Amino acid sequence: MEFGIVELSRLQFAMTAMYHFLFVPLTLGLSVVVAVMETVYVMTNRPVWRQMTKFWGNLFGINFAMGVATGITMEFQFGMNWSYYSHYVGDIFGAPLAIEGLMAFFMEATFVGLFFFGWDKLSKVGHLTVTWLVAIASNFSALWILIANGWMQNPVGAEFNPMTMRMEMTDFFEVLFNEVAQAKFVHTVSAGYVTAAVFVIGVSAWYLLRDRHVELARRSITVAAAFGLASAFSVVLLGDESGYTATHNQKMKLAAIEGMWQTEPAPAPFTLIGLPDQEARQTHYAIHIPFVMGLIGTRSLTTVIPGIDQLVATAEDRVRSGIIAYDALLTLRAERAATPPEVVQRFEAHSADLGFAFLLKKYVDDPREATDAQIKQAAGDTVPTVWPLFWAFRIMVALGFSFIVTMAYFFWRASFRQMRYPRWALHLAVWMIPAPWIAAEMGWFVAEFGRQPWTVDGVLPTALSVSALSITEVAMTLAGFVIFYTVLFIIEMGLMLKYIRKGPFQDVEETEAWVARHRARLAGRQNADAIAQPAE
Amino acid sequence: MILNELVSYETLRVIWWLLLGVLLIGFALTDGFDMGAMALMPFVGQTDVERRVAINTVGPVWEGNQVWFILGGGSIFAAWPPLYAVSFSGFYLAMFAVLACLIVRPVAFKFRSKRDGYAWRSNWDRALFISGAAPALLFGVAVGNVLQGVPFHLTDDLHTVYEGAWYTKFIGLLDPFSLLAGVVSLAMLVMHGGAWLNLKTEGAVQARARAYGAVAALVAAAAYGLAGLWMAYGIGGYRIVGDYVTDGPSNPLHFTVEQTASWLSVYGDRPWIAVAPGLGILGALLTFAGLRAGREVSTLLMSKLSILGVISSVGLTMFPFILPSSTHPGSSLTVWNASSSHLTLFVMLVVTVIFMPLILAYTAWVYKVLWGKVTPDKDGSAGPLLY
Repeated sequence: MEFGIVELSRLQFAMTAMYHFLFVPLTLGLSVVVAVMETVYVMTNRPVWRQMTKFWGNLFGINFAMGVATGITMEFQFGMNWSYYSHYVGDIFGAPLAIEGLMAFFMEATFVGLFFFGWDKLSKVGHLTVTWLVAIASNFSALWILIANGWMQNPVGAEFNPMTMRMEMTDFFEVLFNEVAQAKFVHTVSAGYVTAAVFVIGVSAWYLLRDRHVELARRSITVAAAFGLASAFSVVLLGDESGYTATHNQKMKLAAIEGMWQTEPAPAPFTLIGLPDQEARQTHYAIHIPFVMGLIGTRSLTTVIPGIDQLVATAEDRVRSGIIAYDALLTLRAERAATPPEVVQRFEAHSADLGFAFLLKKYVDDPREATDAQIKQAAGDTVPTVWPLFWAFRIMVALGFSFIVTMAYFFWRASFRQMRYPRWALHLAVWMIPAPWIAAEMGWFVAEFGRQPWTVDGVLPTALSVSALSITEVAMTLAGFVIFYTVLFIIEMGLMLKYIRKGPFQDVEETEAWVARHRARLAGRQNADAIAQPAE
Repeated sequence: MILNELVSYETLRVIWWLLLGVLLIGFALTDGFDMGAMALMPFVGQTDVERRVAINTVGPVWEGNQVWFILGGGSIFAAWPPLYAVSFSGFYLAMFAVLACLIVRPVAFKFRSKRDGYAWRSNWDRALFISGAAPALLFGVAVGNVLQGVPFHLTDDLHTVYEGAWYTKFIGLLDPFSLLAGVVSLAMLVMHGGAWLNLKTEGAVQARARAYGAVAALVAAAAYGLAGLWMAYGIGGYRIVGDYVTDGPSNPLHFTVEQTASWLSVYGDRPWIAVAPGLGILGALLTFAGLRAGREVSTLLMSKLSILGVISSVGLTMFPFILPSSTHPGSSLTVWNASSSHLTLFVMLVVTVIFMPLILAYTAWVYKVLWGKVTPDKDGSAGPLLY
């Protein structure tokens, strides 16, 4: 691959976005876990729960700062590196980003200060309210960001305006209730909850293996396992929902994920594993499970899922139709109100395919002058590279199922085995800690790489979306981000590990005194049981 | 949807121009004091505990304050997409520098006091100082460039193209007038930070904050006055010529623009806008007086008035221009040609009308909960200081 401005900008966006998403899922999940812990504290008044709230709250704080810091890049990078994208779809895409700030991020950032500084300044219930507001606002943040992203996958409620050369919003509620956005939101938030659950269980398991902070660790596992089990089911089910919506919105992405080159008779089989070959247009050594793809993709036995080759043929028709739209557009722009009505009609009939004509801009300045070969080439470009999608998707799904199993196991031990865990399970939990991050990054990769060659599916090609920058400029900022983010990552990991090793350090005496009393009470009850039951 | 017809496109554009001002001023008033306070922190705090006092005055609120910046970015994206597209890619490397600062700040606040050790803490102190002072300067430099016009043009497809190589584009930002504008902005925010520390601290830290803040107030007033004179005699302005509509499609190429001798000629047409620069200078002088006299709440208010005056003077002078092009005036972005669609502006207005009062209310509540001086323990140790 030649590294031009498009590739460098993509690399920078991918890097900064995936880096940002190292922190987001833990923020989403841990904020809720902490709020649940504090709720138990307020209801039971047991100091150990306050200590848990503060301990996990501290780790939340370290992670949150990084999430905020790296989120700033995301908010401005569209304008910096994706100038034409910003112009072309800002009318729709900008709105959810701004609403996120107004409705969610402001609340989250304003109250998170009080979460840390407000313990002595607020009543118990007052502080609990603040904690919940932080958790709720974090989750609302995700909602608006995914509405923005959902629109890139499925651009509804908007149409092209030839006078302003951009997409403009026609129906806000269609953008808001975009089915892709809704499915993605619940999937992403659940993924965040699973991440937090695996993290809490992993760290607690590490304490149990060392016989430290046992009271805190056991209770934390109980909360996290219950929370994590529900979320792990949700993340897999809603992931399936995302797949289902892709069947009618992003057929190419779905076909690429499946490595499905030719259209199969319905219900199509699911390729469990195989080696996709882009050149030969087939998947070698494929192991198929009959019917499964058709069932999850269409929820029917008769609906056909189109394969890649068929989709390329459709794309070619759309490129040709887009050229007609482009031609009419030039007249419209020159004549404005004086445009002959038949040109307006021709434009309206073909404007949905205008984006496909833009695919030709890579090869020729004026799409109307494209040769037949170039049109075929542009249609072929609508196929993303299959093998990375194929594999990333399978890794994500396999991890998703492993979370269900792990969470179910810990939930069972917590509920029915007196919160006692065998050492192998504790070791496994520690080693599992990176898994949800890998799954989440794979998920984003599938979503964004699978949309290529588009930034907005079927509307605006990625190659056209970039700013008119020099390679030097983008190379400099890319290098800057790499160095800067690496240093920050090392510092952040160092602090995270330091605070995990240190363990809870707030309210120590009070909690220890309570633990001693609590153990004495439990021991007393066991003695009482022993006396009540006559020895055999 | 027909509801958006309730408010005319022209009115919505003016409202969003005002809201753009509200966001910039909101950002300068809130994040401004914590940037200013961090720019002063190494000078007002000579021991670790004193520095922690200065940091903890903004510790619980900087996160919320910084959202004004992020919301500013988001709102420009939503309401003025061409401005978002042209300015951030045009000021590319400068924007990167600002982002780097704003990324370091959160981390520095959170991490600084999480380890002991002189090297660790003094490195983070340096980071806090630079990430407070540098953006304060760069925002002013950006305004200086906007006033003079930026070298870009739009193609027929509305792609943005910049003139010149990347280094001239970057170094070109730092012309003398823009640097002066940077000094105005830096001095103004340091003054504001001084007024904030004066309110939130006591003893030696407070005394030093007063002294440095007072100097900054004088510098701000003088530099702002000088910039005004420069604009009167040395900086050309822009105006729209020919027929144009204020509620047409957002396409800058539908307009004709020419350069004028000076921006300040608009003061002849609308003399009342002289209130803004007057407020800017008077507020700064009153802040100086207040810091010298040791008044607390009223001094912070004066400092806020000064910032309000200075920022609104820029907007009012340029209206209806938002981002003029120095090389191709016909590509200039104005209130009438660089907004979102009628519907989007309306939707965003509804959302803002609902949430902005809520934001102001809970922000006020948080400040009320945190009201009072930040102090270390009686024995001189950091005690209750979290950061």
